[in-house]
Amino acid sequence: MADVLQQIVSGIASGGVYALLALALVLIYRSTGVVNFAQGEMAMFSTFICWELLDRGVPYWIAFFLTLVISFVGGVLIERLVIHVVSRAQALTVVTVTIGLLIFLNGAAAWIWKGEQRTLENPFPTRTFDVGGVVIAAQDLGIIAVSLVIVALLWVFFQKTRVGLGARAAALNPESSRLHGVPVSRMLALGWGLAAVLGAVAGILVAPTQGSFDQNFMLPILIFAFAAAVLGGLDSPVGAVVGGVAVGIALNLIGTYIDFFADLRLPAGLLLILVILLLRPSGLFGRRIARRV
Amino acid sequence: MTALRYGLRALGLALFVAVVFYVPFRISDFRASEFALIGVYFIAILGLNILTGYTGAISLGHGAFMAIGAYTTAILVADHGMKDLWTIPIAGLVAAAAGFAFGLPALRLSGPYLALATFGIAVATPIVIKKFDGFTGGSGGINLFEAEGITGLPEFIVTLPGGHQLSFNDWLYYLTWTIALVLFVVAWGIHHSRLGRSLRAIRDNELAAAASGVWLASHKTLAFTLSAFYAGVAGALLAISAFSVQPGAFPVERSIALLVGLAVGGLGSLAPLVAGAAFLVFLPQWAQDISKAPGVPSVIYGGVLILLMMVLPSGFGGLIRRLTGPLTSRLYRRS
Amino acid sequence: MPVPLLELEDVEARYGAIRALHGISLQVGEREVVSVLGANGAGKTTTLRAISGTVRRSGGLRFDGSRLPRSPEAVARLGIAHVPEGRGTFDELTVDENLELGAFTRRDRAGYERDVKEVIEHFPWIAERRDQQAGLLSGGEQQMLALARAFMARPRLILVDEPSLGLAPRIVKQIFDVLRSWIDEHGMSALVVEQNANVALEHSERAYVLEVGRVAVEGTAHELRGNETVRKSYLGY
Repeated sequence: MADVLQQIVSGIASGGVYALLALALVLIYRSTGVVNFAQGEMAMFSTFICWELLDRGVPYWIAFFLTLVISFVGGVLIERLVIHVVSRAQALTVVTVTIGLLIFLNGAAAWIWKGEQRTLENPFPTRTFDVGGVVIAAQDLGIIAVSLVIVALLWVFFQKTRVGLGARAAALNPESSRLHGVPVSRMLALGWGLAAVLGAVAGILVAPTQGSFDQNFMLPILIFAFAAAVLGGLDSPVGAVVGGVAVGIALNLIGTYIDFFADLRLPAGLLLILVILLLRPSGLFGRRIARRV
Repeated sequence: MTALRYGLRALGLALFVAVVFYVPFRISDFRASEFALIGVYFIAILGLNILTGYTGAISLGHGAFMAIGAYTTAILVADHGMKDLWTIPIAGLVAAAAGFAFGLPALRLSGPYLALATFGIAVATPIVIKKFDGFTGGSGGINLFEAEGITGLPEFIVTLPGGHQLSFNDWLYYLTWTIALVLFVVAWGIHHSRLGRSLRAIRDNELAAAASGVWLASHKTLAFTLSAFYAGVAGALLAISAFSVQPGAFPVERSIALLVGLAVGGLGSLAPLVAGAAFLVFLPQWAQDISKAPGVPSVIYGGVLILLMMVLPSGFGGLIRRLTGPLTSRLYRRS
Repeated sequence: MPVPLLELEDVEARYGAIRALHGISLQVGEREVVSVLGANGAGKTTTLRAISGTVRRSGGLRFDGSRLPRSPEAVARLGIAHVPEGRGTFDELTVDENLELGAFTRRDRAGYERDVKEVIEHFPWIAERRDQQAGLLSGGEQQMLALARAFMARPRLILVDEPSLGLAPRIVKQIFDVLRSWIDEHGMSALVVEQNANVALEHSERAYVLEVGRVAVEGTAHELRGNETVRKSYLGY
């Protein structure tokens, strides 16, 4: 029993990372209707930037915030310079652009950082706590804490600020928003900037747990995050968080307890999600689109 | 369609066939194998176009149908001694069956939800292939070098009257492109048939189409099935040209490449899709020619792809439509 | 004659290749309600869209003497509120958030609270439904909410597209009464597109009748009611 609880707790921690990246995907999907396949690579690139700052002696939390700022700017630039140009094109074109971005960023990271394995500093103590027989790692708690703080900050921004309201309105009904003076294009850019920040946090939190990382480390995580976002409903931020945590826990449990599926973790997880989708085609919390005839 | 239109199309096709036939005489042996690969991708992309062009569904998993076709051919040739050429249509049918089986439940999903489902298939395919190794030869794959069913062999050389030599790669080229041209004409036929019109009606306005009596579910499933057939054939040809199949030959990247090829070629076009296939074959090489430093070819490939989509959002097909639009509208009476 | 609040001179607008307005000229003065009448497809909605900048247009468009900007956001910031066809409700936002959004271009907190109170006076049902999702409101309530949203911006000119569409006569009267009180108490002006010519003329000072993208008849409400063609074609008697 303690074992299972342990797996669940560490599943929540990895789930937190998936939730952050899934939130980024949902944020962009809600505002621009696009699935940003490059979200993982953007997060990877941010992680490398953080590594670079740390390597040059910048103290951890300063490097952390600096990376978030740089990532925000990067996200805004990508939206303004690339995405905006193709925003009116058909879905296939936009998908292809994000794929191109994925390939480009992956190559750029390999080029700049020579494709070598790097290690990212772990800011949390490496000790563990024993809570009634369940061993919990401080690092896992740290990841959960940071994820919660970021999600909370985002929630406050969107629900309690004027700009946040404008951003939500712009995503729901851009035409009507314009009529109320909401600068819709700027809101889209803001969305991409915030999504980039979410991805950066995810990357920075997860990299230390993997020992070392290179330019490919976010690819599997993107897959899980995509699955989590879809599971929760691509237009639901709540769904992204729930989906992320669920995927994290499920993957942990599958990997540990069902031997036959151990190396089939990824397809098994995806299969599970597909089954759920067949029952709820818009995801767990997604909006059922009732069409007016 | 007026006689004039038919005439022009037939002329275009004849020209296309002539060019295809003549090319190997002017290019080196290695290039012939590259052009054969373009033919393979052309077939797969034609198939994907049937799905995405008519239903709007974005599939990240058509590499899986290629794998099914490839393995069907490999297993039939290696384990059952069948002649490789006969396995090609069978591979297509098996892949089509898989497409049908997938298409039925997939109908409930839309947009990115469907994309994830297809992505799941693509990701799962190499893993599942490796898992069921008794059947598929596992990680090692299946080797076709010694199989009796293989028609073209590496040492294959034919000397034609006139002195020109046709090699194995040329054989591969003609095999691939003959099938590609046939399937191209089929795709064109579908587009202009009643089926094509129904499919286009669904694409343009689902509700109106359903109200007019078009059975949505069956048409969408049909689109899936047809596109899987094309992919299966392409996969079979890949197996034949590589003399082997392995799970590693069908990673997720291949499915994504098909999507890229479709976008570059131009969704909804037919002949311009060759450009998409050519892009898939030549650009990676071209990028590598510029620099082999780690990451740089990807930077070039990704960068070119992004720029291309920004400049030509509807691919080369869109460009050609824009250029010839004013011309053709003057030739044809407005119908 | 003082400079009119809104002045359109020979305005053309097109949807792609189709020209919808072939040279519209009209004016709206201070403190008046002006109606735009006409059959379906005459260009009434397009006229409003041309003003708010939601459709590409050319020609002379002047607000308070200066040229109207191109983008809808800039037009909104100038003090022109457009209540569109379809109401533009933000389904997933609450009623309260809808109102807050209306005041997006404003910064004065105190004024905002005061205006919310006034809105509730006019539409009392809002008081109990402030936390409800706007998408769950009835058609009439959404229309009232749309008007309230526009009001929250404290515009100088409010453009309303088909306020009576699909609504019970009692609610239509309520809406026009509220509009009139804003004109009288807050010095606003309104340009109202209406298919129901009777209702429109009852509540406006002046009106324009559009036909196929052009102004066919213009005048005071009284004059139009006396015009035989207008009576026969649009008023039904």
